[in-house]
Amino acid sequence: MGEEMIKPYGDTLNDGMVQLSFTLPVENSPRAKKAAEIYVSKLNFEDVSVVHARKIADNFTCFVVYARAIPILDYSTVKVPEFKIKPMDFYEINEIIKIKLHRPLMVVGATIGSDAHTVGIDAIMNMKGYDQDYGLERYPEINACNMGAQVPCEELLEKAIDVKADVILISQTVTKKNAHIRNFSEFIKLLEEKNLKRRFLLIAGGPGISNDLALKLGYDAGFGPETRPSQVASFIVTKITEQKSAKRKI
Amino acid sequence: MAHIPLNTKQIDRLKQLAEEIADQLQTFISRHSSISVERTILRLYGVDGVDSEKIPLSNKIIDKLKKKSRIKSGVSRFFAGAMLASGRDVRITAELIDQGKIEWDDLSRFSHADILEKEKELAQKAVAALDETRKKKEEKLKKYPSPQQPWRYLIVATGNIYEDRIQAKAAVSAGADVIAVIRSTAQSLLDYVPYGPTTEGFAGTFATQANFKIMRQALDEVSEKEGRYIRLVNYSSGLCMAEIAACAALEDLDILLNDSMYGILFRDINMKRTFIDQYFSRLICSRAKIIINTGEDNYLTTSDAIENAYTVTASQLINEAMAQKALLTPDLLGLGHAFEIDPRIENAFLYELAHAQLARQLFPDVPLKYMPPTKYMSTDIFYSHCIDTLFNLASVTTEQGIHLAGILTEAIHTPFMQDRYQALCSVNYVFNVARDLGKEIEFRKDGFIAKRARQVLDEVELFLKEIKEIGLMEAIARGKFANIRRPVDGGKGLEGVFEKAVDYSNPVMEQLEQEGGIHG
Ligand code: B12
Repeated sequence: MGEEMIKPYGDTLNDGMVQLSFTLPVENSPRAKKAAEIYVSKLNFEDVSVVHARKIADNFTCFVVYARAIPILDYSTVKVPEFKIKPMDFYEINEIIKIKLHRPLMVVGATIGSDAHTVGIDAIMNMKGYDQDYGLERYPEINACNMGAQVPCEELLEKAIDVKADVILISQTVTKKNAHIRNFSEFIKLLEEKNLKRRFLLIAGGPGISNDLALKLGYDAGFGPETRPSQVASFIVTKITEQKSAKRKI
Repeated sequence: MAHIPLNTKQIDRLKQLAEEIADQLQTFISRHSSISVERTILRLYGVDGVDSEKIPLSNKIIDKLKKKSRIKSGVSRFFAGAMLASGRDVRITAELIDQGKIEWDDLSRFSHADILEKEKELAQKAVAALDETRKKKEEKLKKYPSPQQPWRYLIVATGNIYEDRIQAKAAVSAGADVIAVIRSTAQSLLDYVPYGPTTEGFAGTFATQANFKIMRQALDEVSEKEGRYIRLVNYSSGLCMAEIAACAALEDLDILLNDSMYGILFRDINMKRTFIDQYFSRLICSRAKIIINTGEDNYLTTSDAIENAYTVTASQLINEAMAQKALLTPDLLGLGHAFEIDPRIENAFLYELAHAQLARQLFPDVPLKYMPPTKYMSTDIFYSHCIDTLFNLASVTTEQGIHLAGILTEAIHTPFMQDRYQALCSVNYVFNVARDLGKEIEFRKDGFIAKRARQVLDEVELFLKEIKEIGLMEAIARGKFANIRRPVDGGKGLEGVFEKAVDYSNPVMEQLEQEGGIHG
């Protein structure tokens, strides 16, 4: 693949225009504006224009700055782990489970740790779903058990073992001080301790989650903002049926 | 003034229904107490401090009483007995109990009259402390006038009380009238109040009495500088509702989040525990003149804001009725609601106006707490800022009381200093340019907004009848609020609930109840 050089776009290709806004802990003054300008040039920008400087508190000034970015990026070198999974709809997904699995798929989900946010996991699991897309409970071929929020890792795992889950869904919303990373990792640690790491398909989700991050943390996939339940279900059936046919070959 | 013609007879019926629902519950509440209510009595008697493991003495004493199976009689009389036995002050007596150095569960050594006398003395001192904070606030309000409503309410949530202080002062200089210190994640599940100044919270700062003091002091300084009274808010829902109310009163806080159902629905705290605790908590607020804020706005994050608008109104009516039982006067009733309709819906703003105006008319004398859009806020901060601007317009037009500033980064993080500033820019702008808009407009008698408001009222009436039929506890168990089901005996904290024995005493509660609400 050839090079694909890119830069931020304002109104002319490769003009490199970027808009920034930030606060410095200094009083607003011509010197403060100069400091903002110098600071942005240290970030590797040129033609720095501090268009707005405003005192927002004693000893704090907020700036709006436009500047041209210098670096140029070869887009062809950028890679992220993307799902190579065919998106399927409600009917296709049920059909595949019926034909290939010969039994309903068991899914257990929860928001773990002290996180009390349920709306994200509910959007994926509850009947109603998200944005006109039915949630997993609505799928006749899926048995979905949503344990809600503030669920300890041990309890979630117990439940998953109990109902012989194929898939575990974990949601985390609070990301301050990396609370989500800690909780996601704690669950993986628990699985490792119990030697159950390969037993379930593990899916992480939440507004601060990307597939990239989830893979790094030891999950099979991660879903971020605006995820629709059918995307998650498509991933699940694709993986589970893959696993099944892989087993048959062995 | 903006006005929707409503059926006043229907409104009377609704208030009557809510009152009956609250009555049913009050019968249950008055027969029970909880370990946190008992700890609150100790705190109000002056027991403070922690042991070397940072466990509050109030917790340790109540745990001991529980182990001795004496809790059902309440802590008051045993503590009074201990005071008589030690002959020392409250602090030393508490330490002696903690160290196991005095006999305190055998009350036969003292006459009934002596114990009663001691209890009375302790209770009177406790209530006097609540009176003192009320008076201190009244004095300050004479010195620095209260800002015009809607009050601009801004949150700080750095986790570090000293950093919060900087953020709070910045917000005030940009126009904030009210500062709320958001609590650290999941503090509501702690069955004790943490102690001392703290710098290590998660997405919020621990509510401790020391932190309250630090922030109150900072706000007193800025009140002086700005020449207007700056109110301080914290949160009491959770397992320590009444204790936090006591700490808040002792440090001159102005507003407490204090909902009768929030902890049940959103933190899975047992409902019996919550109902018992909220009552004592609110009695304290009433005497100390702390405005309570209720949490109906939250229902609209887990259920649809149009479909379930009636649950908000019904809950406001129930919260009002329950608050009246706890002697709260209308000026202390910050009933909650929110601007949470999906912005993609056509005429969403008209629905919002209808809901906000309805709340205004149903509760004309209360400082309504109006929550900004949160759930549908986007990570596109520019778009989110636009939504907030319309929220600001709805708020000033319908004359809301306490305006929680919507923040453009709502969908991303707890606010940065510049986010708060940006939010206030929009609030200040809209409040100024549309200040008297509400006084100029009338809603068409049979227009969209009036019809919508009446429709919600009809739904509320059906709903309240249903709740009255099955009782509030059963209604919650069936998921009638916020689409969340909580079993009557489920959730956290039930083990801390007990039925009062015949010789139970809580003289603070008795005195507060007997002396009634403080008007004016
Ligand atoms: C609603 C809400 C609440 C409600 C939650 C009610 C409930 N039962 O869920 C209440 C009021 C209880 C609440 C409380 C708190 N909240 Co809150 N809350 C929000 C709010 C407004 C909306 C979140 C939401 O529901 N989004 C809608 C859903 C559909 O989106 P989603 O979660 O991203 O889910 C989608 C995807 O991410 C994905 N997904 C999510 N999970 C999963 C899981 C799997 C397996 C998969 C496949 C996909 C998936 O699919 C979903 C559909 O597309 C956000 C702000 C915002 N607009 O984002 C703040 C926010 C998340 N809250 C926040 C905070 C700090 C708190 C508190 C800690 C505040 C405090 N100090 O007390 C407390 C939490 C206490 C606790 N113990 O957790 C912060 C988090 C900051 C951070 N980055 O860490 C936010 C961003 C607000 C802010 N700006 O400060 N909150």
